Parts: sequence; C-alpha cells; structure tokens
Amino acid sequence: MKIKNYLLFSTVALLPLCMVSCKNGFNQKANSNATEIVAEGNPEVAEITGAPKVPAPIGNRSAKKLIVNLVTSEKEGIIADSIPYTFWTFNNTVPGSFIRVRVGDEITINLKNDANSVLPHNIDLHAVTGPGGGAVASSTVPGKETSFTFKAINPGLFVYHCAAPPVPMHIGNGMYGLILVEPEGGLPKVDREYYIMQGDFYTKASTIKKGVLEFDNDKAVAENPDYVLFNGKKGSLLGANMIEAKVGETVRLFVGNGGPNLTSSFHVIGEIFDNVYLEGGSTLSHNVQTTMIPAGGAAIVEFKCEVPGDYVLVDHSLSRAFNKGAIGKLRVTGEANPKIFNAKSITKE
Amino acid sequence: MRIKAIIPYWYVLLILVSFSCNELKRKTEENNTQSEQTRPDTLIQTPVTVKMVYIPGGEYKPFYGSDSVLVKVHPFLIDERAVTNSEFLQFVTLNPQWRKSNIKKIFSDSTYLKNWPSDLSLPPTANPDAPVCYVSWFAAKAFAHAAGKRLPALDEWEFIAMSDEVSPNARSKRNYSDAIIDLYLKKNRQYNPVKQAKPNYWGVYNMFDLIWEWTDDFNSILSTNDSRAGQYDDKNLFCAGNATSATDILNYAAFMRFAMRTSLKANYTVANLGFRCAKDTIPIKQTR
Repeated sequence: MKIKNYLLFSTVALLPLCMVSCKNGFNQKANSNATEIVAEGNPEVAEITGAPKVPAPIGNRSAKKLIVNLVTSEKEGIIADSIPYTFWTFNNTVPGSFIRVRVGDEITINLKNDANSVLPHNIDLHAVTGPGGGAVASSTVPGKETSFTFKAINPGLFVYHCAAPPVPMHIGNGMYGLILVEPEGGLPKVDREYYIMQGDFYTKASTIKKGVLEFDNDKAVAENPDYVLFNGKKGSLLGANMIEAKVGETVRLFVGNGGPNLTSSFHVIGEIFDNVYLEGGSTLSHNVQTTMIPAGGAAIVEFKCEVPGDYVLVDHSLSRAFNKGAIGKLRVTGEANPKIFNAKSITKE
Repeated sequence: MRIKAIIPYWYVLLILVSFSCNELKRKTEENNTQSEQTRPDTLIQTPVTVKMVYIPGGEYKPFYGSDSVLVKVHPFLIDERAVTNSEFLQFVTLNPQWRKSNIKKIFSDSTYLKNWPSDLSLPPTANPDAPVCYVSWFAAKAFAHAAGKRLPALDEWEFIAMSDEVSPNARSKRNYSDAIIDLYLKKNRQYNPVKQAKPNYWGVYNMFDLIWEWTDDFNSILSTNDSRAGQYDDKNLFCAGNATSATDILNYAAFMRFAMRTSLKANYTVANLGFRCAKDTIPIKQTR
C-alpha cells in the first residue's frame, strides 16, 4: 500500500516537470521553418569559453548573425602529473572553445591556422548541414585563414573536430570541442552549467624532445590508450579545479566525447540524472544512472543537488577512471538533508 | 534501306568531329597566346649549381588508387636538395618581375618572401643555404623555368619519397611512416641549411626533414581526369572519406602530405613550404 501510494505521488509530482521539459527541450526538428528564420542585424562576435565554463544562455533572443573566431595550434601542455604532451588544439585548449548559438543563427566560422603550425588543419562541425561539416571549406595551411558560413537548422549538442588526414591523429591530439544549438526560446533555466569533454590519449616518448610525450599511432590503431581524460588533463576537474554547486541547485552538464575511439559510460557517483538529452538530441530520458556517449557524440545531463558532498564524475568503464584518469569531482555545499541521506555509524557490541 | 538510313548519321558525325577539332585548335591557340602573355618567358636564365640525381623511374603504386593500378614513372632528374635562399635571391636579382615589390598580385598572396626586409636582401637571421620558403607555385615554376628545369610531378616526388636510406621502396617497413612523422613534427626546421642530414637511397637530401615541397600538379588528387576516377570518385580528404581510396591507410606521413597539398592554392606562400626542381632526361618535344 505504502509503496503504491508513493509511486502514485511521485508520478503526479513528476508530470508537470515532464511537460515543461517537453515544451522547452529540443523537441523541435529541423524543418523548413528553421531554414526560413531570418538572422537579423550585423554580425557579432560570439562569446566562446574554455572548459569547464560555458557562454551565457541564448534566452529569448531572436536569430542573429554570429562570428566565431578559432585558431588551430600545435603546442606543448601538461597531460598528467607534470608530464608534457604535444597537443593539437582549437584556441589553445583541450577541448576547444564552447560555442553557443540558437536555431536560425547564421554562423561564420573563421579558422586561422597558427603561423607556427607544421600541418594543415580544418573544422568539421556536426551541427553543420553541408559537405564535410565545413571540413573541405576550412582546410587551412599554416599561417593562413579560411572562412565559411552555415545556418544552424537542427537543435542539439554537437561535437566539432579537426578532420584533416590522418583524422585519428588530429583528434587523438585533442582537436575537438562542443557547439550547442539551442531551440527557439532556449533551454529551460538551470542554476549551473558546465562543459566537460572526454578523450582517449595514446602516447609514446617524443624523439624530438626528451621528456615530452607525443601521439602513438600503433596504440591508437589498437585502441589501447594510456590516458582517458576529462578536459584534456588528468585532474582537470579535481582539487582546486572541482566544479561546484549548492544544495537545492539544478546542474546541467554538457558532456562530449571527442574519442577518437572509446565510447564513454558517463556516470556521476551518488547522483541520478533527472534528465538526459540522449546523444545530445531531442529525446529526453529520465532517472538515468549512466548514459552512453559515443565517440564524436555528446549528451546533456541534468540533476538537482539535494545532499552536500563530493560527487565523483567517471567513465564507468572503471579501469579508465581508476587507472587512466577519467575522473572528476563536483563539490556540493550546503545543509545536510537526513531525509534523503543519513549517514550513521553503528557500532555493534 | 538500312544502309541508306545510316549514312546521314555518319555525315552528321563527321561534321561534328571536324567542327570540334577546329574549336579545339582555336582554343589551344588562344591558350598559347594567353600563356605567352602571362608566362614570364622574358626570364633571364639563372645559373644554378646544384647536383641533379638520376631517378630511373619504374612502376609505382600511388598512395591513392588500388593495388592493381600502377603508375609508370619515366626516368627523370631531380635536384639533390631544395632551392636555397641565396639561389632565390640570385633569381630575383636577375628577374626583377619576381621581386617582392614587383610580383603580380595574381601570382602570389601577401606573404611572398615574407621575412625579406627588401627586394634584394635576405632576412638578417636567415641562413643563405636554408631552403627558400614563402614562395608561391607560380614563383617556384618561374624559378625552375629560369634554371632550365621544371617542378617535379607529384608522382615523381612520391616515387622518390618511397625510399629510405638503404632501399628504393621502404613503404612496407614497419617504422617507415613513423620515422617520417618524427621529422615532420619538428617545428622551425625550415630554417636549417640543406644537406645536413643523410641522403636517401637515390642520393637525394631532405625529402622530409626541412620543408613541404611544391609539385607541379600539387592539387591533382582532387581532379578526376585520370582512369581511376570512375572507380574512385570519393577523393575527398575530410574525415574518414579518404581512407576508402588510400592504398596504405597506415601511411600517416603520406596522409599529411596530401592534406597539405589539397589545402594549397597556387598563389599561397607558406612559412614551411619551398621546392626543388626536376628535369626530363630526354629533350622536351616542341609540341606546343
């Protein structure tokens, strides 16, 4: 009886939530309407951010013309425990800058390849409808700049990456990021938003510079990474870099997987995802423990923080978390809620 | 009855053929006049003392195509090293139209000889024996012309690139591609002088360790004018599309060269892009 009542109650309680989500989520397919939306005004430079930050929500604004400036570079950075690795990047970070637009926006991508680069680079945005996702149009030799414009017609969370051959090497070195295309009116408001991207890294000692690691092709072909990391660095979401929230706040994580090879089983230890935008698309799932994020794919997860403490973010293929670095933390501060979680130590005599 | 019906078709065909031949001839003539106008054939011959190496050529499996498609590379001569800063300075000294301040805009983008402080002086920090960079395909072609040579064809360049220090074709060796990539990933190597590393099997230096090099038909991989086109129409170089038409998908070094070449335009000048010259072993027929 009690259980039955509880179930009934929770269903009734969740109903409005579902309705709100359905109304404001991505449930908007690409159609001629999106194509017909007029992007108004003069082009503006879009706000873009490095992980784990995300730009401000689009809110209620109408469609406009945006300029996104990206620079490709090949530069040394720390991969783990003060070990340097030669990363290839968008805007000097792994993952590259988070791009946030809305359906109907006309986005001009300016891709500059650093003069100090050795190789050509380009960008394939999964949010682009067009050949190669822009890769052909943006193929850029060192020191040059290319440009193309596209209209965002499908809402969702999309991966972008470099698609210059050999592609697994460009992605394996860190050339990926996320672009969010919000539906008209924006996503429902939440209290906190963060940007997390997983990647698998295959390393060997560089012959060029002692002590530096670089990409290992054999390990990549064997899909046997040395590191599986959130945001391109072991500990990027640990210690002082932990992401934060307060009790009572809703958290939205934009989680991407650059790959190049592994599928992520994304899980937050001690939390249940109230909402998951499966694969970053329009299907909303609820009460999810672990969500699959394919290589070259993404997901949006949302949950309310009820109980204070440290919540561990992992790829639940756990050897990756325990041994290869796929681990981060969310620190939730605030008052304890013994109704939901009550830690008692019972000493038996 | 039947024969009578066929005759008019033949007749029509004949007229068509003769017409198109005339048309072709006219177009060729037009092209010739055009190229005479634009081609700098007032070039002053530039004496260049670089050793040329004889490459016997042979059947070769290009990076693009299938195992059954072999390309014949005819014997040719290749410069043992890239064209240097000092040689290019000599060229522009003798040929003022190719100087920094004079070059026609259609022949080069804005970074031609970028670091040269003036028309006839090398950058103070530049090694005169380092390969010249920031040169367009047009400028490279003009230089070759002035030296009585030409740019190597892509297939010729790649034929030489198959070799390591001890064998003419090292492509199947396990670390062939990795060893090249190790050289490719070194930054600022274009500032080093030529011929400091060991030559390859043929006696050719610096195929990989200094610069990217122009070839005459650098972007031909995107054209579909060869016999393989019908079979391999997907020659796009984005994402994994290329892997379907490459013969050697683990040859990452070759992928990098093709990525570079297909990103180029003939007027581009790039910090780590130079060239070397080639020559036919037999006199060029005066067909044009």
